[in-house]
This record gives sequence, structure tokens and C-alpha cells, in this order.
Amino acid sequence: MPRTAIELRIKRQDGPSGPPRWEEFSIPWRAGMNVISCLMEIRKRPVTKQGAKTSPVMWEASCLEEVCGACTMLVNGTPRQSCAALVDGLPEGVITLEPLTRFTVVRDLIVDRSPMFEALKRVRAWIPIDGTYDLGPGPRIAETERELSYAFSRCMTCGCCMEACPQYNGRSEFLGPAPIAQVRLFNAHPTGAMNAHERLEAIMGRGGLVDCGNAQNCVEVCPKEIPLTEAFGELGRQTTVLWLKNLLRR
Amino acid sequence: MAQPRIAVVGGGLAGLMATIRIAEAGVPVDLFSIVPVKRSHSVCAQGGINGAVNVKGEDDSPEIHFYDTVKGGDFLAHQPPARAMCYAAPGIIYLLDRMGVMFNRTAEGFLDFRRFGGTLYNRTAFAGATTGQQMLYALDEQVRRHEAAGLVTKYEQWEYLGMARDGAGRCVGLVALDQRRMTPRAFRADAVMLATGGPGLLFGRTTNSAINSGSATASAYLEGAWYANGEFIQIHPTAIPGEDKLRLMSESARGEGGRVWVPRRKGDPRRPQDIPEAERSYFLEEKYPRYGNLVPRDVASREIHRVCVEEGLGVDGKMMVYLDLTHIPRAELDRKLGGIIEIYEKFTGEDPHTAPMKIFPAVHYSMGGLWVDYERTADGFLDLASPKNHMTNIPGLYAVGECEYQYHGANRLGANSLLSCIYAGQVGGPAAVTWARNQKTAAADVAASVFEESEQRWTRRFAELAQRGGDENAYVLAEELGQSMLENVTIVRHNDRLQATDAKILELAGRWKRAAVLDQSPWANGPLSFLNQLEKMLALARVVTLGALRREESRGSHYKPAAPKRDDARWLRTTIATSSPDGPSFHDEPVDTSLVTPVERKYD
Repeated sequence: MPRTAIELRIKRQDGPSGPPRWEEFSIPWRAGMNVISCLMEIRKRPVTKQGAKTSPVMWEASCLEEVCGACTMLVNGTPRQSCAALVDGLPEGVITLEPLTRFTVVRDLIVDRSPMFEALKRVRAWIPIDGTYDLGPGPRIAETERELSYAFSRCMTCGCCMEACPQYNGRSEFLGPAPIAQVRLFNAHPTGAMNAHERLEAIMGRGGLVDCGNAQNCVEVCPKEIPLTEAFGELGRQTTVLWLKNLLRR
Repeated sequence: MAQPRIAVVGGGLAGLMATIRIAEAGVPVDLFSIVPVKRSHSVCAQGGINGAVNVKGEDDSPEIHFYDTVKGGDFLAHQPPARAMCYAAPGIIYLLDRMGVMFNRTAEGFLDFRRFGGTLYNRTAFAGATTGQQMLYALDEQVRRHEAAGLVTKYEQWEYLGMARDGAGRCVGLVALDQRRMTPRAFRADAVMLATGGPGLLFGRTTNSAINSGSATASAYLEGAWYANGEFIQIHPTAIPGEDKLRLMSESARGEGGRVWVPRRKGDPRRPQDIPEAERSYFLEEKYPRYGNLVPRDVASREIHRVCVEEGLGVDGKMMVYLDLTHIPRAELDRKLGGIIEIYEKFTGEDPHTAPMKIFPAVHYSMGGLWVDYERTADGFLDLASPKNHMTNIPGLYAVGECEYQYHGANRLGANSLLSCIYAGQVGGPAAVTWARNQKTAAADVAASVFEESEQRWTRRFAELAQRGGDENAYVLAEELGQSMLENVTIVRHNDRLQATDAKILELAGRWKRAAVLDQSPWANGPLSFLNQLEKMLALARVVTLGALRREESRGSHYKPAAPKRDDARWLRTTIATSSPDGPSFHDEPVDTSLVTPVERKYD
């Protein structure tokens, strides 16, 4: 039976130090609604299901078409972009919204994902170009190679894989799946390959590739179906080769 | 003079490119953005970036690209900057390629190019159908590299509030709001560069991101910056409806062979797959045999309006038409258009491989924006050594990207926006460095009182807003604004309805004074920030609406049935709005058309 009203249960928290609390909302159903449009409805009339006045729920959002990664949250316990969570595609009953748990809560559904961006610095996730002046075309790349790399370059730093990973949490040193997979991307690029060893060294120590427990949860939740575990396999080979080279050089 | 320091506001393509160029010159950058820069609206750009690299043996050239661009803009763009941009385009594509953008390749491993609107050449480089995202990521990576090296300091989740100006009126810094602590803070800067994107939210639901309020630009306008050609708003012909936003279906769908049609019979109840070829009207191909489905966006949107509203042939009786990709092989679709196919499937539940997409026009882009200067050379290019390029009328305040008006005139060609963003950053960044180095007094040496006063002004304002009670809800007011703008200030414009819209905006501005803050928290208070933004949005909405009322002609995206012809004698002019206590006051200035002579714009 189609819904006539949408019931939501939302975990709220005023600031990083908590404490969390739950609030319930009931809003009229309209065709084509997603979780974001429910939150937009709430801010136009911030009143709980019980009729108590409250403040609008805070969430992060930008593109609203699952290419920016901003609006990731737990929808019925699953990490995903709330823009792509269509109400009619969710099971009947109450929709539960919670902030991601592996990051510090800023407020309500907003979390601080800056550790992911910091990790991208650590693994040197960039092509070290000489400069922006005109140096002519870049290297030629086979379309098949390009397709493989494109799959990794679509990573939105959304945090779904980090949330699902049993090895990643606020306290562990593990860099997490997304930043490590970026090493695969840059090492495959003809220019990036020139300093592949720097990136590999960044993931060879503690907190790097060896901390991956191979639970494979990351690929399950990645909204862009990035072949993360394949990257880890490939990087395992690359790090082993580098380790042997370093050993022989000693 | 002390080492200069430059502030860039906005971390989309234009802001990031400017940041890279400034850092490359050895000048430290403070980079402000309301979202982590990787989540900026540039991610939404899909189809590609134009540049006449000429890899398909078509004898394409930057000069033809330039001509297509100014013709596409109905000759309202200043020609030297547009020409300089088109000549720089191949180099820009090569640069992005060197940065690692995963552009699609030909069989031989060269960059591949496809067709786009308003041209007959394969001139658009693309990375699947997520080109903007891929380009943004490449620039984000380069900026991160400069950040790691200590040249760039990011202030993410900080919102631009206003300028700090010295006694002579020079912009010497800015005030920004930490969206968590909710405290305004002044920053010194030898130049401030706005790269804050478009004002889509003025129209409610559009193809724009949730962050595109236009309020930063509007704030600059309210503080004295000129706003140019505000009435030129691009309506993209092909989007899909949504309750929170309208999602774009890239023009590249037509570039790859997608066909637009409606059933010839009004209210045909059959499934589109069951309607035979002869009973379909491919109305763009029929009326424009040369350009077909790839006429410029303003033309296509008007045609959809004509077919659906005037002839009543819209699908389901709505302003909706079919965009058909079903004749294109599945593998090719996935390789070249995967990104949008995925969006369509996810948000509508239907499969564009097997059924035509249902699409409709949506507000997409602002050709207008902050007025910026340029220095031309005798032979009709830009003098890249000049600090004037991309400077607003306020000394030391620069603008790059969609928030400024250069390059596109009255209508932007598809895939020229990624180009103009990068080019503006590439030119604007060094111009700001030159300006900063030429100043006798560094921002660091300007009296502290200048910054204290600016900061206190905003602190007082936010303290006042935080107390605000009342019976109005700012989000409801924004929705009403969007509805009114959408109904009256888009594809077809009538003076009486524009006047009524202005009256509506004034009514909303009155009600804004009674809008409650909704949230008492001193931490991460979004509603407080939005209350401030909304007042600025209302001011900018008047610029767009009254600019449209004033322009008594039809040109590019601006169409008035009561004045259906272009009038070069009177209106080959740039509209310029200046803020006054009574709202916008307008004047206009001539357009540099010294390189090619405006002709009637035809695509048939």
C-alpha cells in the first residue's frame, strides 16, 4: 500500500560532545520524494510528530544527484547518499536517519569527514605536474586503461566505505579504503607512475594496506561501485615488489 | 612591501584554478568555501569542455569556436575576452589531461571529442558524463598539493559575508562566517577573488546544487559592485523533475545522437516505444535541419515551450518531451553517457536504454553576474599582464566563473562553462597577483580599525538576526520567491508579469523582516545563516526581474513576445545594475563587437 504520510525517526545531536536524542516527524507524502525533500519539508515547519516545536534538522547537502558525496548518512542503518534515497524505494514503515558513526558528529546528521581529506594528503593523491604553463598534450592512454582508471576517479570521498569498514574508526590508524584506492588511480597514470614509490611507501607502514582485514564490506556499500578490493590486491603486488626492491638495494 | 596574500572565495573550477595560479606565483592563498571544495557545484557539470583541438579532420579552429560562441550568445559578449578564451581552450584541455583528468580516448589513445549544441564540429572533450566532477577533482588534487606545501590555507565551511575596504574604497579583505562557531571574522587580503557560482536558488528548484544561493555575489552587489546582464538566465531544455531539485540530462545525450520528439497526436495514450516513427514529431530536426537536436539551449527550450504550451503536444499534457537514446548501442551509451544514465535510472526507476527519457526545461545557468573589466590588445585578444582582467568596479575585488558575466553574452553554449571557469581562473589569478604586488600599502599594513569595524558590523548583524522572532519562515519565503521567479522570469517574459513579480519580491522582503530564526543554537546554525542569505537573494532577484523588464527586445535567453526581435540599435548593450537604497538602478554600456559583425542568428 502506498504511503499517505512519511514517518521519520531522526537521531539528533546539538554538538560534537552530544548527547544524542531521537525525534520523530510525520510529513505528507508526495510522489517522487527523497530523504532530502523530507528534510526540506521539516525545515518549513519544524514541529515533531508529537506537536512539539523544534529546530530544523541540520544535514549536509550539495549536488543532490549523487556526484558530490556531501549528503551521506545512515538511512535505515545503511550508509548512502540521502539524495538518492527515494522514499518509495524504501521499505514501508518508519524511515530512520542517523549520522555516520565513524566520524565526529558536528551537529545532527552532519559529520566531520576531514580525516579523509587529510589521508589524501598522506598518500599524495595527485599528479605532480611541472606547472600550469603550456607544455602540450598529456601522455597517450589506451581507452581500456582509461575506463579502469575512471572507475577509481569517481570516488566522491563520501565516506560510505569508511563507515562499513570494520578496521576503520575514529581511533585506529588505518587510512581506510577510499584514500588507499586512490593510490591505485595515480600509480596507473603514466606521469603518476614516475613517483609511484612515494605513494606506496605511504601505505606500506602502520595504518596502511596491511591493516585491511579483507572484510570486503567497502565494495558492498560503495555507491559508485568502485572495485576497491581489486585495487587493494593490485596495490598488494605493487608494495611487495617495492619492498623487495628496497631490500635488494640495501 | 610585505609579501602579498590573496583570498579566493569559492572552491569550484574557477576558484580552484585561480588558487593554483596564485600559489604557482609564490603568493599564499586563503581559500574560503561553504562546502569542502570537492563538493562544489562544478561536480554537476556533465557533458564536457569545448576546445578546437581538431582531432576529427574537420578543419575546426579556435576562430570558428570563437564565432560559434559569440553567435551563440546573440552577440552580447565582449569579443576580445571570448576570443582569447577560445584560443586558450586547446591548451586548457591539454593541461587538464596532464593533471590526470580521465577524458575518454580514441582508438589510438588520443583525446576523444564529441558534438555539442550551437556548433557543427566535434569540439567537446569529455570524461564519461561526469566531466565537471572529474575536472574538479583534478584541480582539487593540485590545490591539495599546494596546501600540503603550505601555500594554500583552506577555510572550508566558511561563508563569505562581505568586504573590508580601506578609506579610499579599496578592497583589502573580507569578513567570513565560520558555519560551526557562527562567528564572523575579518581577514586581510591584498586582493579578494569571488568564485561563488550562480544564483540558481532564486528560482527554487533548478539544476543547481543546494548551495547556489547567489548570496555572496548579491552581497558584493549590495556593497557597491556592479551586476551585469542579470536578466540573462539559461533554461536548459533537458532535465528531469524532482522534489528537491531538477536533475540535468546532459546536452551530450543529444551530442551522442539522442533525439527529441513528441507524439504527433495530442494526448496519445500509447507507450513511447509503441508509437511508430511516422507518428512522432522530431520537432527540432524538422525546424532546424542543419543543427537539429543540437540547436543552442535557448532555442531548444523555446521550441519545447512552443510545442508543449502553444500546440499542446507535451507528453502527459505537461511541459514534457521525449529524449530518445534507445537507438544507440548499450555499450556505447554506458561508456560515453554512463553518469547520466545512472542518474536517470536511480531517480526515475526507468531504463533509458529501452525507453525514451521524459525530460523538460529547467533553470540552469546565469550568463549575467558581477561586472568585470578586461584589457584588450590591439589585435583583439586579452593583455594578460594587466591587473584589470576580471577586476570588478571595486578596486581589489575580483570575480571569476559563473558569478561574473564575461564570455557568454545572452546565452551560453553547452560545454563552454567549464572552459570559461578555468580560463577565468587562469587569467584572473595572475591579474590579482599583479594588482597585489603593485599596491603601495599592503593589506597587512592597513589600520586594524578597518577590519575591526567590518567584523563588528557583521557581528552586530548576526546578533540581531539571532534574536529574530516572528510568524514567517525563511524557507517558505524562499519557496514563494522560487515559484514566482520560475513562473514569470524564465522562458517567456511579459512586462505585466515582471512587474507583478517585482511587487511579489518586495512583499517577500517585507515579510522577511518578520521571519523567525527557527534555531537558537550558537553552533552550526544553518537557519541563522540562511536568514542572512535570503535577504541578499531577494535583492538579487530584483536585479534579474527588473533587468528583464527594462530590456525591450528579445535576445538569446531573454524572450518577450511583445518585443520578439533583437534590437541592436538600442540594446546591443550590457545592462549594469547598481544597488541603491530604493533597489537596483540601471545603466548600460556598449559591447565590444570590433572583431565580428553581429548578424541575424540562424540555425536552420
